[in-house]
Amino acid sequence: MKRLIMILMLLATPLLAVQPDEVLEDPALESRARELSKDLRCLVCRNENIDESNADLARDLRLLVRERLVAGDSNDEVIDFVVDRYGEYVLLRPVFSGSNWLLWAAGPLMLLVAGGIGYGFLRGRARASSPTEAALSPEEQARLQEILRDE
Amino acid sequence: MITELGHFALILAFLVAIVQTVVPLVGAAKRWPGWMAAAEPAASAQFLLTLTAFGALTWAFVTSDFSLQLVVANSHSAKPMLYKISGTWGNHEGSMLLWVLIVSLFGAMAAWFGGNLPPTLKARVLAVQGAIGVAFFAFILFTSNPFLRLAVPPFDGQDLNPLLQDPGLAFHPPFLYLGYVGLSMAFSFAVAALIEGRVDAAWGRWVRPWTLAAWIFLTIGIALGSWWAYYELGWGGFWFWDPVENASFMPWLLAAALLHSAIVVEKRESLKSWTILLAILAFGFSLVGTFIVRSGLLTSVHAFANDPERGVFILIIMGFFTGGALTLFAARAQAMEAKGVFGMISRESALVANNILLAVGCFVVFVGTLWPVVAEMLFDRKLSVGPPFFDMAFTPFVIVLALILPIGSMLPWKRGVLGRVTRRLLPAFGLALALGGLVWATQTGRSALGPLGVFLGTWVVAGALVDLWSRTGSAGARRLLRLPRADWGKAVAHAGLGVTIFAICGLIAWQDEDIRVAQPGAPFQVGAYTLVLDDVVQVEGPNYLSTMGHIRAEKNGRFVADLFPEKRIYPVAQMPTTEAAIDYRMARDLYVVIGDQQADGGWTVRTYIKPFANWIWTGCILMALGGVLSLSDRRFRVAAGARRAPAAGVPAE
Repeated sequence: MKRLIMILMLLATPLLAVQPDEVLEDPALESRARELSKDLRCLVCRNENIDESNADLARDLRLLVRERLVAGDSNDEVIDFVVDRYGEYVLLRPVFSGSNWLLWAAGPLMLLVAGGIGYGFLRGRARASSPTEAALSPEEQARLQEILRDE
Repeated sequence: MITELGHFALILAFLVAIVQTVVPLVGAAKRWPGWMAAAEPAASAQFLLTLTAFGALTWAFVTSDFSLQLVVANSHSAKPMLYKISGTWGNHEGSMLLWVLIVSLFGAMAAWFGGNLPPTLKARVLAVQGAIGVAFFAFILFTSNPFLRLAVPPFDGQDLNPLLQDPGLAFHPPFLYLGYVGLSMAFSFAVAALIEGRVDAAWGRWVRPWTLAAWIFLTIGIALGSWWAYYELGWGGFWFWDPVENASFMPWLLAAALLHSAIVVEKRESLKSWTILLAILAFGFSLVGTFIVRSGLLTSVHAFANDPERGVFILIIMGFFTGGALTLFAARAQAMEAKGVFGMISRESALVANNILLAVGCFVVFVGTLWPVVAEMLFDRKLSVGPPFFDMAFTPFVIVLALILPIGSMLPWKRGVLGRVTRRLLPAFGLALALGGLVWATQTGRSALGPLGVFLGTWVVAGALVDLWSRTGSAGARRLLRLPRADWGKAVAHAGLGVTIFAICGLIAWQDEDIRVAQPGAPFQVGAYTLVLDDVVQVEGPNYLSTMGHIRAEKNGRFVADLFPEKRIYPVAQMPTTEAAIDYRMARDLYVVIGDQQADGGWTVRTYIKPFANWIWTGCILMALGGVLSLSDRRFRVAAGARRAPAAGVPAE
């Protein structure tokens, strides 16, 4: 049984995200690596960054990022290096370029539009004259009297 | 046999739903009372039939009936009973059945408790609800039938995805669906009102409890899902901006907006057409969510068996209901002129601001979620939109919302004086500023998120308390307990939001993490804690094998907790999972995960100290509790009570 367990364990070992052997000696570099990892997507996973992912590819990418950092690259250089090889898909934070401005500007633009409409509506309400309620018709008046008597 | 009965009941429910859609709609148009009245028994029958079908499927799971294709694919005889039951909806077909069960449940509730509604409105509401049922019954029967048999049943099943073998599955989807589908009631009311061509204060009062209930369920459902992810996925993340999470978050935002705008309709007869539009959109986003989850359009951690055919079917349903309702809206919206007049500085204006922020926030999430698809189709760019985008683009809305919340909630209706409100809130603002400043001063080199969270959280919570206190007028504490429940509900829900904002900021800003190879018996230090890996043993569970570590945590030499993190393997599903060991405390969670054994005999151990983690969900529970308090307010019960009054003469049995 014990052997079976060992075989099973080897068959499907969950590799935990960042492994101790990946961690860099220099804490400053390591924390930069962690920050960069959070913006990079694990390409074979479902919407996970490489820092959290258990996939082998994510590990390769984590090691690559650390290699570049140790080699003295700046953060931007590392990102460029990875994007050159894996494409824009790897970035979890879409770059502000080309058609992407629409994505980034969508919120502020919509806020302006909605704010404008809202302001117009509020101004309209503030200036509108209070609607005069139509007086009760004779039947309604009679019904009202009836109700009041019942009370 | 029971399976066939369930299948038959499902088909019958489909037919009843068609009757429920057509007959009352015709009846309401022609003013035929008999035809309108048909809606009520139809709604009850539809619910009972769907319940029968659901019961039959549950029975098949409980008894491990492996002649059913669905049971084979998602169950195993050795699976614990709890997961056999919850496994009923842990798959595409079963979860859709749960979905229609809840659609019919809400329809039946409207039939049972809607006695005070005008007959034509009630008939139309039930008819629209029936139409939603028809669409989803057809979806289930034609594309995802749970009752398909196998000619040659296997001896055992393929087991449920191990990640789903968790008590979370028992509660998270039902609550979420109650929320999603609850919004269908608001939708039905909106469409019925559009057909009627009449929206007034009474409509606002009828639609609010349903929206409130849906919002409460959605809040609980999302919080449960978030907590589940937190303890199950092995690194303590609680929100990932995953497409499917966004799919639940968007209806939540819109439901929250709807909740507030319906107040304006109810009290001031303003914002009518906007409220109708919100009701349509809120349910529309529920359908968008369903589409995202089931179609495979976007990659997500919530993997269902994706099938393009199903995606197209849901797209058609979505197009029909949202498109149809919006067309109706475009045709009829002019008929709903606003009545209330109010100044720029007023509760109405504040609620408009609330709605703008929530709706635009929802829009941002929507654009971000669908952008990868849009970019690929229109611009031929294959890209990702992940958490960094949402954190940056969405957070400002939350901050602004939290800043104006206490002021807006204290402004009087019609016309207010800003100075009078801000003067009363000055102590709350001062307290928030002082606490935020204190935290700012004591921490060095940490993220500014911490002080910001403390400031916003304190401001919102203290503001809610000031608001509640101000309601008592001069009577002070004596009146506090006799305030309407709605006042309490408002204060509690707003305070809950403050608590959650604070907790999220605090957790992100102050968490500690440690990754290392731990040698058995050798103590190591994480933050203020000393941990020792005592030993690692192999354990056999009912349907899994586990490697279980025993880690002892101490603080300043005093024992804190025994932690047993596990690494499990489910042989049938051939899938590993990590089971984190968490010591839950008021001010922090100690979160430990065990990994692989290393060549030198040590084990990979990850330790997290997560401050204020529990407060995130406590805040959510407070929000939901606030909703429940509001829901139990007298004014919603008065109408229901008036209807029941004649029945009071019947003696109890």
